[in-house]
Amino acid sequence: MVAQNIFFGILATIVALSAVRMVTTRNIVHAALYLVAVLAGLGALYVLLTAEFVATTQVLVYIGAVMVLFLFGIMLTKAPLGNVMEMTGKQWPLAAVVAALLGGVTIYSLIDRFGSERLASGGPVYRTADVSDEVFSTYIVPFEAVSVLLLAALIGAIVLARKD
Amino acid sequence: MLLNQFLILGAVLFATGVYGVLARRNGVMVLMSIELMLNAVNINLVAFGVQHGVVSGQVFAIFVIAVAAAEVGVGLAIVLLLYRNRTSIDVEDFDLMRG
Repeated sequence: MVAQNIFFGILATIVALSAVRMVTTRNIVHAALYLVAVLAGLGALYVLLTAEFVATTQVLVYIGAVMVLFLFGIMLTKAPLGNVMEMTGKQWPLAAVVAALLGGVTIYSLIDRFGSERLASGGPVYRTADVSDEVFSTYIVPFEAVSVLLLAALIGAIVLARKD
Repeated sequence: MLLNQFLILGAVLFATGVYGVLARRNGVMVLMSIELMLNAVNINLVAFGVQHGVVSGQVFAIFVIAVAAAEVGVGLAIVLLLYRNRTSIDVEDFDLMRG
């Protein structure tokens, strides 16, 4: 339990600091790399929560596919790679107030409701086989809906982005 | 480990994502901040799944990942189209609907 808490502390610090740097850095490629750090840290936290399949999917889909998409997006839009364009708008103090209020209210209500409730330990550990059993029995209709959604998004993206 | 550790980390990530969406001017950066918010939701889903001893939390996290992938694909296509038509991805340039 102590080891888990230590690793949670390390990972949470990495994730939170990288997230803050991601939204404040002036270089868009650095922002993409900070996003990789956030996603990898979250993948490790999923392992800590015994969600091995979610962790694998996180690495494959986010760090593999989504980040490549983002880097292509950065390249194709010819975003300035240095500190040329001011990346943060004039309204950033107002945005910071809104985010601080939202985060403050959420954290206050979480502490108020869940206080020092311990994470259930010794409960069942769900392996990849259990997850797939659940997906292909209880959640078969949402699964098919997500398949159709992915196909529609794929075709939509091609139709939107092609030249003619 | 406390349940609140994971929930508060999720709340911090979500608030950071909201700041990114509101304050950033680059269209690709706005999409990245939206990814941050979706990931904050995922960690809550998995943590609650562990807390209640059910597998549904992980299943929904996987669904959210799939929907996020679709969202990034369409979102980046829209950003590319905006860049092609307006030669800019500064979201402050897109004010055609301002009254």
